[in-house]
Amino acid sequence: MTVPVLDVRGLAHAYPDGNQALFGVDLHVHEGERVALLGPNGAGKTTLVLHLNGILTAGAGTVSVSGMPVVKDNLKEIRRRVGIVFQDPDDQLFMATVRQDVAFGPANQGLRGEELDRRVIAALEQVGMAAYADRPPHHLSFGQRRRVAVATVLVMEPEILVLDEPSSNLDPASRRELADILRSLDVTVLMVTHDLPYALELCPRSVVLHDGQVVADGATYDLLTDPELMRRHRLELPFGFDPRTIPGIGNLPA
Amino acid sequence: MGAGHGHRLHYHGHSVVHRAPAHRKLVVLVSFMLVVVATPRDWFPVFGGYLVVLLAVVALSRVPIGYLAKRMLIETPFVVFAVLVPFIAEGPRVELLGISVSEPGLLAAWGLLAKGSLGVLASLTLAATTEPQDVILGLRRLRMPDLIVQIMGFMLRYLDVVSAEMGRMVTAMRSRGCDPRSPRHWPVLARSLGALFIRSYERGERVHLAMLARGYDGTLPTHAGTGTKRGARP
Repeated sequence: MTVPVLDVRGLAHAYPDGNQALFGVDLHVHEGERVALLGPNGAGKTTLVLHLNGILTAGAGTVSVSGMPVVKDNLKEIRRRVGIVFQDPDDQLFMATVRQDVAFGPANQGLRGEELDRRVIAALEQVGMAAYADRPPHHLSFGQRRRVAVATVLVMEPEILVLDEPSSNLDPASRRELADILRSLDVTVLMVTHDLPYALELCPRSVVLHDGQVVADGATYDLLTDPELMRRHRLELPFGFDPRTIPGIGNLPA
Repeated sequence: MGAGHGHRLHYHGHSVVHRAPAHRKLVVLVSFMLVVVATPRDWFPVFGGYLVVLLAVVALSRVPIGYLAKRMLIETPFVVFAVLVPFIAEGPRVELLGISVSEPGLLAAWGLLAKGSLGVLASLTLAATTEPQDVILGLRRLRMPDLIVQIMGFMLRYLDVVSAEMGRMVTAMRSRGCDPRSPRHWPVLARSLGALFIRSYERGERVHLAMLARGYDGTLPTHAGTGTKRGARP
């Protein structure tokens, strides 16, 4: 098999206050996959995500991105390869205009001039926000800000896109538009979410994290239709939602 | 989140004053303030001259004077203090409208009031005629240390976010029967301000993380630098 885009082995982490969040996590994501990371609140999902680009340092175990270990000397390249879209777009968008915000990452890598402009516009076009390039981010709607946040990461041409709760606080139309955008991207995706229908719609594979350990890893459909597993790990489908009754569930667009 | 559109101080226009480069306006403002502050307070007619100059600039900018006057309310605590001075200060007393007040105190109050008001009016004029982002850009051009410029830029960016957050907290307090205006509920208000501080602090940490995740290394890239709407290529 090829080198996985994301290769997490035996990852453990304890916060300075002694609270241990991860206990030996193993996770492999291969190129082109879209994987959902599920788990109840406090399962360690965010802690895991912050290890993927070296913001937190592993207490034990290793993380590699396309074969490159996440260690201090590689951080610059690692942070280009791993694009994290945080939950609150207001945390991610801080420049005066959408254009400058999207340019922030590549400019930090030393990109300048026309190449930078081209990349910025290309990334904004991918999320359908090119027309808003010169608007201040805080004047956009929440859904638009979420899309710009995705563009700020896409512009780095990452090898893996990590999304933290991408559907939270979106109205159903914005939620569907974001799903269309994510499906249209030719990039590996790891999506942290509580929105199980969204995971089912977008990610053929899911990984369940509970109490700092990977407790399940398989086809999203299989996990969501295993009531015993779901109950054990505090996962619940929304009222009235049953994956088994969705017509054509077997051939969702990849 | 209903982030406010536009800024409360800026008055949109295209006058000469609006179009003047921000860094020049900043230099003029600071020099004007220094001169005002350095003027002995008993040179009464000179202050009249300053006011005339200032009003001429305001007229040139076509910002309605009422617009600025309303915003001068920010000076109120200052004015209250200035009004108290003649009563508290020592020295020879004089009669004013039948009340005995301290003469040096009266002079001090006048100085405080005149210099303060000129300063506030001048600053408001700058704020009304210059986009906040351009003020930041002007400071950068004046070689203000980069870190301070960055901090000010972030302050601008998150002012709306934090004030909207506070608005929601106050709404939530009201919905539970607490009136933030009544002094009886001030302790609650104080605690919620504390909570707001913690939340803003935590947001600051998250913003910093998000910046690190995109390769921030202590300097904002100049191309993506704060506020070059006009400089950005199509």
